[in-house]
Amino acid sequence: MVSNIIFLLLTLGAGIFFALNIRKIIQKIKLGKSVDRTDQKKLRWKTMAKVAMGQSKMTRKPIAGTFHIFIYLAFVITQIELIEILVDGIFGTHRFFQPSLGGLYVLSISIIEILSVLALIATFVFLARRNLLKIPRFQMPEMKGWPKLDGNIILYMEFVLVMCIFTMNGTDEVLFARGESHLAGEGSLGFAVSSWFGPMVFGGMETSTLHILERVGWWGHIIMVFSFLNYLPFSKHLHILLAFPNTFFSKLTPMGKMTNMESVTKEVKLMLDPAADPFAAPAPEEGAVPQRFGAKDVNDLSWVNILNAYTCTECGRCSEACPANTTGKLLSPRKIMMDVRDRAEELGEGIRKNGADYNDGKSLLGDYITEEELWACTSCNACVQECPVLIDPLEIILDLRRFLVMEESKMPAELATMNTNIENNQAPWQFSPTDRLNWKDEA
Amino acid sequence: MSNIKVPTMAEMMAAGEKPDVLFWVGCAGSFDDRAKKITKAFVKLLNHCNVKFAVLGTEESCTGDPARRAGNEFLFQMQAMMNIQVLDGYEINKIVTACPHCFNTLKNEYPDLGGNYEVVHHTQLLEQLFNDGILKVEGGSFKGKKITFHDPCYLGRGNGEYEAPRMVLEKLDAELVEMKRCKSKGLCCGAGGAQMFKEAEKGNKEINVERTGDALATNPNIIATGCPFCNTMMTDGVKSFNKEEEVEVMDIAEMIANAADL
Ligand code: SF4
Ligand code: SF4
Repeated sequence: MVSNIIFLLLTLGAGIFFALNIRKIIQKIKLGKSVDRTDQKKLRWKTMAKVAMGQSKMTRKPIAGTFHIFIYLAFVITQIELIEILVDGIFGTHRFFQPSLGGLYVLSISIIEILSVLALIATFVFLARRNLLKIPRFQMPEMKGWPKLDGNIILYMEFVLVMCIFTMNGTDEVLFARGESHLAGEGSLGFAVSSWFGPMVFGGMETSTLHILERVGWWGHIIMVFSFLNYLPFSKHLHILLAFPNTFFSKLTPMGKMTNMESVTKEVKLMLDPAADPFAAPAPEEGAVPQRFGAKDVNDLSWVNILNAYTCTECGRCSEACPANTTGKLLSPRKIMMDVRDRAEELGEGIRKNGADYNDGKSLLGDYITEEELWACTSCNACVQECPVLIDPLEIILDLRRFLVMEESKMPAELATMNTNIENNQAPWQFSPTDRLNWKDEA
Repeated sequence: MSNIKVPTMAEMMAAGEKPDVLFWVGCAGSFDDRAKKITKAFVKLLNHCNVKFAVLGTEESCTGDPARRAGNEFLFQMQAMMNIQVLDGYEINKIVTACPHCFNTLKNEYPDLGGNYEVVHHTQLLEQLFNDGILKVEGGSFKGKKITFHDPCYLGRGNGEYEAPRMVLEKLDAELVEMKRCKSKGLCCGAGGAQMFKEAEKGNKEINVERTGDALATNPNIIATGCPFCNTMMTDGVKSFNKEEEVEVMDIAEMIANAADL
């Protein structure tokens, strides 16, 4: 059978191409420094179940959250149908599970159909929201060009996919009623939507046309699925997969806590402890890359930071809540995440093609993110709070600041003064430490 | 001369005593004129409730929070380790502070450097004193007033404490109105991340003005705060709207002390 072979080749091709691209992304995530996020496994599983599977943070925006849940559920449930399509495609059967599952089959397909209708409504709502309503968070500068197109492409694909499903099921309903389907039986297949939608739309067509349309729907469906799968690695829609590991590996400590720099702790302990043995610290190995404080490029960040960047859905909830962004400053936490991803792509591709020593003379800091953006952050954690997939833009911002300050002594002049004051007066202002208790006796 | 009793750790130690809780005053609480009033109000409450506390006085030093957020990890860790030496020298177990930044740093960040203490925000201690029946107030001048509370980022989002300040405010028999953006959705006052100590970056609005707008939209008599920096930011914000005659910005400790006639 030619069609079986074509199907098999298509499936294999799509699978392999997808696997290769995912491998490339994993390599890029591994550019990041190691950090241990395997503690508290139980809590991690729970967080993943709640936030990724349960979409618990999506409903902080009730309308968008609800429509998103329609698409999410439709997507998850449709995977069941995919199993049948794979079986049918490989073995040349038609609706393999229908005879054995009977009523359960009708129920499953009916649920898929109802969710597909809801997803279709959501698709239109989302298209309108992106293109007609001019919602500010979709109009920010970082959303120009590809990110905007990316957001729309997936919605078009969703539309075509749902159309294919209803063409496939609708024509089959009509064929079945005429006794021309490949399935035995008479009357209606009983699918919730197609049983009336099919006759309405396709009822007047020739049987031969219907057979062709049924195949068009079937092949269209599976081709859309494979295209979607292989589009993911190039799109913000990768979040449908990465949301799971990303929430699993998310930070579990209170948001207010900043990560401690162990490398600094060692040095400070030596400086403060007169009894410390200066030889206790092993001499750096010959040829070892000197330790860099803070982050200048993506490979100074942790792998979790880069995983965050590949998971980002570009929804802009972070930037919408960001006090700096809403008051017209250059900083946009979403842009920070997009910059990290774009730079990881650039550097990762360069390394893949030219070897580990590849250096293109560029860096995340400077070529992608400017100092002005970094110094606008108030560390308020609103971005972290709003992110539906538990991304932490703040950690990246602060790591870049650390590089600026500790490696390059670059900071706003007032902050240099503040640091000097803390060093000399133990307070960020220029007061004498001996006056610290004066308030007690002041009227 | 004020009539407050503020024992220092050194004095307590010399007298062979140990406080139940250390009051970490913080740099703003020690040096900033507006914040000093909050410090004194809180001390009055501690005195009033006979809480056995002490301060470090001149032995206290910046926690290092602004330095760390401004990227200077060295300076932060130097400060932290010096402070931990002092705190451990006095065998401190429990700390209360009226500054959410000190609170967050002492509570969450000192343990990585070996300093482990039970740390509470002053609104949490006040809540406890109310719950234990030690502190009692009647609404007094606040009765029937409209109060809106601005969540400090490092108390709310940073550490998940949204209820203690509200529970304390409820004791005032006033009308508590929430801003549109409140609790986990609360907007920053603009001071965090060391912004307090620098000019804001270029933009089209000041953050504190944006936030004060939120607060004024509730038509309050009083904007309640729980952070000396928020207090400054909101006070400036109210001035920019020329509303300082109608709307007061007060720390929760000041309000409770006032209601208790202290
Ligand atoms: S932490 Fe910084 S980037 Fe995030 S919302 Fe607050 S100001 Fe914006
Ligand atoms: S970081 Fe989170 S909130 Fe911000 S755009 Fe990405 S997914 Fe959305």
